[in-house]
Amino acid sequence: MVTILDSYQLDLTLRRLAHQLIENHYPFSETCFIGMQPRGLQVSDHIIGYIKKQYPDIQINYGKLDITFYRDDLRSALHVPTITDIPFSIEGKKIVLIDDVLYTGRTIRAAMDALIDFGRPAKVELVVLVDRKFNRQLPIQPDYAGKAIDSIVSQKVKVDWDGQPRVVLY
Amino acid sequence: MQLSTKHLLGIRDLLAQDIQLILDTATQFKEVLQRPIKKVPSLRDVTIVNLFYENSTRTRISFELAEKRLSADTINFTASGSSVSKGETLLDTVNNILSMKVDMVVMRHSASGAPHFLAKHIPAIIVNAGDGINEHPTQALLDAFSIREKLGTLEGKKVAIIGDIMHSRVALSNIHLLQKMGAEVTVAGPPTLIPKYIRDAFNVRVEYNVKKALQWCDVANVLRIQLERQNQVLFSSLREYSLAFGINRKMLDDLDKEIFLMHPGPINRGVEIDSDVVDSKQSLVLQQVENGVAVRMAVLYLLAGQRETAE
Repeated sequence: MVTILDSYQLDLTLRRLAHQLIENHYPFSETCFIGMQPRGLQVSDHIIGYIKKQYPDIQINYGKLDITFYRDDLRSALHVPTITDIPFSIEGKKIVLIDDVLYTGRTIRAAMDALIDFGRPAKVELVVLVDRKFNRQLPIQPDYAGKAIDSIVSQKVKVDWDGQPRVVLY
Repeated sequence: MQLSTKHLLGIRDLLAQDIQLILDTATQFKEVLQRPIKKVPSLRDVTIVNLFYENSTRTRISFELAEKRLSADTINFTASGSSVSKGETLLDTVNNILSMKVDMVVMRHSASGAPHFLAKHIPAIIVNAGDGINEHPTQALLDAFSIREKLGTLEGKKVAIIGDIMHSRVALSNIHLLQKMGAEVTVAGPPTLIPKYIRDAFNVRVEYNVKKALQWCDVANVLRIQLERQNQVLFSSLREYSLAFGINRKMLDDLDKEIFLMHPGPINRGVEIDSDVVDSKQSLVLQQVENGVAVRMAVLYLLAGQRETAE
């Protein structure tokens, strides 16, 4: 097992991602942040937490998206859905999708399909904590990546939030 | 997580965890139904036939809508106007339909056990939409979903099922489901419409006084008097039934608490329940219909999802 980001580096990376988003999206009036269920939410909660700490008085649109019903692998595995909560209109807004690991790109494909059922966003950007390069099955790339890594198919990436948070490859 | 069963033939075959999974999944589908685009692509590779050998308004429309919201392809079959009148058997009819590559069969039939028979003989997934006087599982699931939505849980809740228990598949499915989920059940109605051994067979309370049943319960599920299933006179007239067992405003006002009322439809207004009660805010009738689509989406989604693994 290899540690890709230890607790300190992980915190630093999340702060950097938050600052990149601030740089490109401040004052957030035209931006909506969407955390991807289930594991992307941990990442998005931290990033939004940092942004709110910087700008406590600014209203931030932050929703959750579950893509279970949009998956293309219903035949091979049954997934149990979790909550989707997008309590604002995304019509004409800039959407920032936040997930933990970008791998085949199929989850993001499903997320874009799901999003479009809520309205027509002006733009969709993608934030991932870990970008597993060279394993993409669809033409999808992140706009902001915490850490890009080389990995082989048999390996797994896990973001561990219990105790000392860290990202490991095994 | 997946269901422990390949078909939905009755609540009898489900485990408590299956029911929980269906209700939880239905909660997410209910959210989908509030969106501007109320459709998800989950079942776009699935073909479903709605096989209705018996009349239906709510159930058929609800299933069809659920299928369309899941992007499944649907075919509707009703016995009247088909070759059934020329003498084609149930099995022949279904096998002919299945040879056109259909994955799931949603069926209603006036013979109890018809879906169980089909499940034994054909490879498709069967969803029972009501069989004779046996079960109507999706109705019980949507009733449970509506109770859970209003009261938070089913555990420990008191539900009275009132009316024609003898001829009601809704009653049987509800009894199974409520008991599996830890609710208490009382059946109430005239003695001629309550099976003699129901107390021992299902461990339910039996009450012949509707007022007492209402006083006891948190939710009353009022059933329709099914005149089409009665071949003997079990009560003398509808007017007499209404006077003794019909639910009216005054009975509800006399209770020291506010209970909720459900009815699976179609309602005989003024017979088992008065019009002003049906239209009051205590009535969950229209919420039940709304929830029906989400619950049926959950059932179809979960069953379709295990097509491959079930082999």
